[in-house]
Amino acid sequence: MRRALLAVLFFVALVAIWAALVHAKIWSPVLLPSPRSVGQYLIAALRDGTLLQATEVTLRRLLLGYFIGLAIGLPLGFLTASLKFAEDTVGVLALGLQTLPSVCWVPLALLWFGQTEGAMLFVVIMGTMWSVIIATDTGVRTIPPIYARAARTMGSRYFHKWMHVILPASLPFLVSGMKQGWAFAWRSLMAAEIFVTILTGFGLGHLLHYGRELNAMDQVIGIMLVIVVIGLLADKILFSPWERFLHRRWGTGRT
Amino acid sequence: MSLQEELQGPPPAKLVVDHVSKWFKQKRQNVHALDDISLEVAEGEFIVIVGPSGCGKSTLLDIIAGLEKPDKGRVLADNQPVLAPGRHRLVMFQESALFPWLNAFGNVMFGLKLKPGLRNRERREVAKFFLYLVGLEKFMEANVHELSGGMKQRVALARALAPNPRVLLMDEPFAALDAMTREQLYGDIQQIWQKRRKTIIFVTHNVREAACLADRVVIMTPMPGRIREIFEVDLPRPRDFNSIEIAQQASKLTAALKGYLTPEPVVSVE
Repeated sequence: MRRALLAVLFFVALVAIWAALVHAKIWSPVLLPSPRSVGQYLIAALRDGTLLQATEVTLRRLLLGYFIGLAIGLPLGFLTASLKFAEDTVGVLALGLQTLPSVCWVPLALLWFGQTEGAMLFVVIMGTMWSVIIATDTGVRTIPPIYARAARTMGSRYFHKWMHVILPASLPFLVSGMKQGWAFAWRSLMAAEIFVTILTGFGLGHLLHYGRELNAMDQVIGIMLVIVVIGLLADKILFSPWERFLHRRWGTGRT
Repeated sequence: MSLQEELQGPPPAKLVVDHVSKWFKQKRQNVHALDDISLEVAEGEFIVIVGPSGCGKSTLLDIIAGLEKPDKGRVLADNQPVLAPGRHRLVMFQESALFPWLNAFGNVMFGLKLKPGLRNRERREVAKFFLYLVGLEKFMEANVHELSGGMKQRVALARALAPNPRVLLMDEPFAALDAMTREQLYGDIQQIWQKRRKTIIFVTHNVREAACLADRVVIMTPMPGRIREIFEVDLPRPRDFNSIEIAQQASKLTAALKGYLTPEPVVSVE
């Protein structure tokens, strides 16, 4: 309770400082809109539906791309950790491509897919997949070999071993890999949406982009706030339960 | 199979280690880990293998478990050659090797779930029985990280006993524990062994531990790993770790070990 109160106080103070700076009229209100005007923009955008629609478009792209990226990345990571051949091929490829900032996929995606949903999806998948492969690979490799030995003596082999030993044993790494993948997916999608207008759906990135075009600073800051809030919520909804479980069982990680 | 029969379990197994040799390939040279090891273990016997580190005692245990393959020779369990790990020979490791993603009960259930011919209700009953046997019935729901070192090893013992193996292989299971906990576990393990007759092979570098637990103590020396001598310990059970008889027996073992490990004195000319 005390902690929650402190957090609320902190954010109230931030907004107060912001309001005070606006009030001091150091910068033009075009460059620094008041908290009130940002709030007014957000309420208006909520009322006419643009905000919800854009959020829906963005989240659909993000979740679809993210889960496809996970579905490809997790098995590939297990593969590179267990087969020398996969390690020397896919593993090296993943290591290389993981270092590529995911924005760099945008030009290629545009040329391959044109201004379509496919291009968006492709960028998100590329942003997610490689880091998930690397994290899964690391996770499987850092499992203490004694677990596998103990499991073997009890008769756990092949599929059972993977499902009941390797997978749960690497869970702490998988969750942090999935979290990192999520962050990359989110960043790459925003970059793609700001760069490219796609007529099949206007996401949050577009709203941000048009805010700039129209010199509507209240819109720019408003959308940025929405993006931050979505990131926070995703963390709480998608990853916090896992992390709490890990903390309880392993006795490690964050509370 | 009824639950009662399941808890009684199969008779302990007879083990034969037949001229086993093992080399480890390393970059510079091959290390001769085991040299022509032969050992017969009777049904229900408690064997303790003692030796300094590097004498190959853990490797021998791994070979008996089926986790490693010998380069020469073979191991027979009830006249069947050991080719792979099997449910009838379970291992207890130095670190508890408990799975942190399962609670104490889940860990004991792990091996049981892999054992065919039981209903799940029966498996749960068996798991509870063994947790009770090691005195941890109140900690069934505890996570691994919440248990003390001694409690972890007790859960590991329950996990190894639950699927009713015929042989229990123990690789310095108490080495990482404090003295008090260890002494308590010596009592427990003797009691459990008497109640649930198993063939036990126990590896340690602690001679006193050997004297306290063993029917026979096998002394091994390193480079290459060889069996040098086998002592019978003919003392009544349960044995008290701190008794004089155990101390005397232990000093006999120490003397023998030292005798093998001290190099022949070099005669120097002044």
